[in-house]
Amino acid sequence: MGKLVIVLRLATRDVRRHVAQAVLLVVAIAAATATLTMALALNGVTSRPPYATTRTATKGPDVVASLTSAAQADKLTHAAGVAASSGPYPVGSAIIRFDGRYADVFAEGRATAPAPVDQPLVTAGTWVRPGGVVIERSFADALGVAAGDRVSLNGKSFTVAGIAVTAAQAPYPNLCNGTLMAASPAASRFSNACPASFNIPFLPLPGGQQIASSDDVGEIWTTEADATGLTSKANPLTTWVLNLKLTDPDDAPAFVYDRAAAALSQSAAPTFSNWEGIASEDALLVQDGRGVLQPGALLLALLAIASVAVLVGRRLSEYARRVGLLKAVGGTPSVVAATFLAENLVLALLAAVVGLVAGWLVSPLLTSPGAALIGTAGAPPISLSATTEVVGLAIVVALAATLVPAIRAARSSTIAALNDVARPPRRRAWVIRISGRLPVPALFGLRLAARRPRRALLSAANIAVTVTGIVAVLAFHADVDSKLSGASALTAGGLSDPVVNRDEQMLAVITVMLVGLAVLNALFTTWAMVLDARRSSALMRALGARAWQVSSGLVVAQVVSALPGAIIGIPLGIGLFKAAVKSGILPPPLLLAAAAAAAATLLAVAALTAVPAWLGTRQPVAEILQSEAA
Amino acid sequence: MNDEQALARARGLRKEYGSGEGLVRAVDAVDLDVARGETLAIMGPSGCGKSTLLHLMGGLDRPSAGELWLNDRRIDRLPERALAQLRRHDVGFVFQAFHLMDELTAQENVELPALLAGRSPREARRRAGQLLDQVGLADRAAHLPSALSGGQRQRVAIARALVNEPVLILADEPTGNLDSAATLEVLRLFETLRSTGVTLVIVTHDARIAATADRLIAMRDGAFADETGRTVGTADSLGALTGLES
Repeated sequence: MGKLVIVLRLATRDVRRHVAQAVLLVVAIAAATATLTMALALNGVTSRPPYATTRTATKGPDVVASLTSAAQADKLTHAAGVAASSGPYPVGSAIIRFDGRYADVFAEGRATAPAPVDQPLVTAGTWVRPGGVVIERSFADALGVAAGDRVSLNGKSFTVAGIAVTAAQAPYPNLCNGTLMAASPAASRFSNACPASFNIPFLPLPGGQQIASSDDVGEIWTTEADATGLTSKANPLTTWVLNLKLTDPDDAPAFVYDRAAAALSQSAAPTFSNWEGIASEDALLVQDGRGVLQPGALLLALLAIASVAVLVGRRLSEYARRVGLLKAVGGTPSVVAATFLAENLVLALLAAVVGLVAGWLVSPLLTSPGAALIGTAGAPPISLSATTEVVGLAIVVALAATLVPAIRAARSSTIAALNDVARPPRRRAWVIRISGRLPVPALFGLRLAARRPRRALLSAANIAVTVTGIVAVLAFHADVDSKLSGASALTAGGLSDPVVNRDEQMLAVITVMLVGLAVLNALFTTWAMVLDARRSSALMRALGARAWQVSSGLVVAQVVSALPGAIIGIPLGIGLFKAAVKSGILPPPLLLAAAAAAAATLLAVAALTAVPAWLGTRQPVAEILQSEAA
Repeated sequence: MNDEQALARARGLRKEYGSGEGLVRAVDAVDLDVARGETLAIMGPSGCGKSTLLHLMGGLDRPSAGELWLNDRRIDRLPERALAQLRRHDVGFVFQAFHLMDELTAQENVELPALLAGRSPREARRRAGQLLDQVGLADRAAHLPSALSGGQRQRVAIARALVNEPVLILADEPTGNLDSAATLEVLRLFETLRSTGVTLVIVTHDARIAATADRLIAMRDGAFADETGRTVGTADSLGALTGLES
């Protein structure tokens, strides 16, 4: 009990005395924990509330059947358990063009009268009419089209009569969960046809690309006459859609399972999706953000480790005195280590709580269902396992940065600690020999960098993580740009992608946090280095070096330490991008941009060092030498 | 003095630093006996090894060779954990630089060893209050060290050294950072301790302080150079004796 009182008392008093440092530490760790919280919150998102709202508002079907012949509908509409149906509706494939952009679309032919099942909810304009099409809202946003605009379908001009949402289709850009046949209906999954299984032949896109399937196909509704009018001998009508309402929606998996199993042996058999499968596809838009947030959380955690290590390292001498004192009055090594760790662990736990709350509060922005659905998802619940992971991350960050100094403190000599004997700088003969041939700033800088290798390593790690993040972000942007410019045959021309838009927004926030933390780390590292080099700097000036030579030397020391980090950050960033997007294809201008980013980071480090270095040279030499001797 | 009477005992005690040509013998084959209730002063120039000897006796450092006994228990081979317990229960340190924790109040600094020794927070607080009263700082209990004078800080450090009722108080230049008035305060406190039977070993290079001890050992180059027994050291004549009071 007594030891616990000591540990807590020292931790709280220390925090009170160094509030700014404590706040910085909490901010650094909270940035990582908040990002991880958001990533984990997306795991539990199913888009159920917005999907349910949309389903109710649009009389959403329980089962959607994609038929290869209209005659297949009769057997299904009269099947046991079917309460209502709409269709079969002919589905034509077409190329839509608007304002220089183009994409493949499914054009579903509808009656002008409302359907009893799957009646899309018009959110702007009116329902279909001859010559007037209705465009699914998420696709309309991507195409940049509004009610009243004119679009062309396979070269024919149409008016956009309205914009609508539906619960019978996954949103643009057709994120796909796929169909999975397992041993039971409950274990199986039936969702919209994935791109590879589209049975509609697509037309060659402008420029001659012939794509047999696409993951960027939009949904539009036309009149039946207009839909069939889009077909031709080269582009025949091969698909009809049938929407079914069951007496019990919970029977949908079993209903679909039985028919899909029977269809396995048939060619040209219908394919099915049920409402649960479509709902899960809607959630994919939100869950895709994990691909950005998880690597982001990892990068921020690494930077947070560097932050904590820098902050702890700055005060090692102060800690050492406390360690000596504790040992002198009877503190055992474990008590010493506990007091050393407690403060940072308590702050890490606080940062975990801050991160959890901030991540949870921000998560509704990420879980917004997008334009495809109506209603809001709200903040998802944070599970116990997510809480454990977030708290675990905070503790790992704190331990990674402080465990080694804590163990070293516990093992340190009491007398040395009491007398606050600073660890003597390393002497490296080869550095001294080589630097002797260099100009004064380089000589001074190299020797400074070599005398504190751990600090140099920390500086390199900090810059490596920063450059890794920046290169990954650049790669992502370059990848998106190359896709949007039509360089990839798999995407439609010029359309914005809601998934990419979301990812870019998240990346922008993570990048700002990364750069912010990196700047803070760089500031602390440079200040520590400048303070540590006060005596050497004063001595250099006493021996005749000019102020600019000393400041330049300090800049060289910092840049030399950061250089390996900047270099290694380039392949690490590319690796992170490849891992996050699961693609081995690199956008062409990336290497040049990555090298420029690494160089810019080094320049920033030089600029950040120049200020404290210059300020340091303004203090009189005699004053520094006397204070250091005292 | 026979071995049974000695509270602390050193035989052939050595402490060496470095090796080969750079070998330094900070303490060189020292034999020492400190009787219970005795006040021993160790004098010598800077670097003669007197502080190192004190650190060895208190288990702050380990000898390179020789034997060390405290309270009939051999301590030179104890593991770190046992040494920590020794410092906690049997030894109290008073340092020249006070070594108080800046972030803790006077009261909390005094409580620190008591809490480490396993006393309840309530009991530690009671004992610390009692000792601060004893050293005349009851009204300064809630002050941080930065708000105390040098003499007051050293009195807090003495109270801290006494909190677990150790058998031996080791003071390393306890008045080295103090002015004459504060030095006198501290010496009076030591005199009071001596009258209650506490064993004191004081390292100093100030002859006036050494004059208050029962016995004085002069050290040079890590070894004992001279030893003088005294019969003075009473509180009545303390100020005049040390030349700190006319």
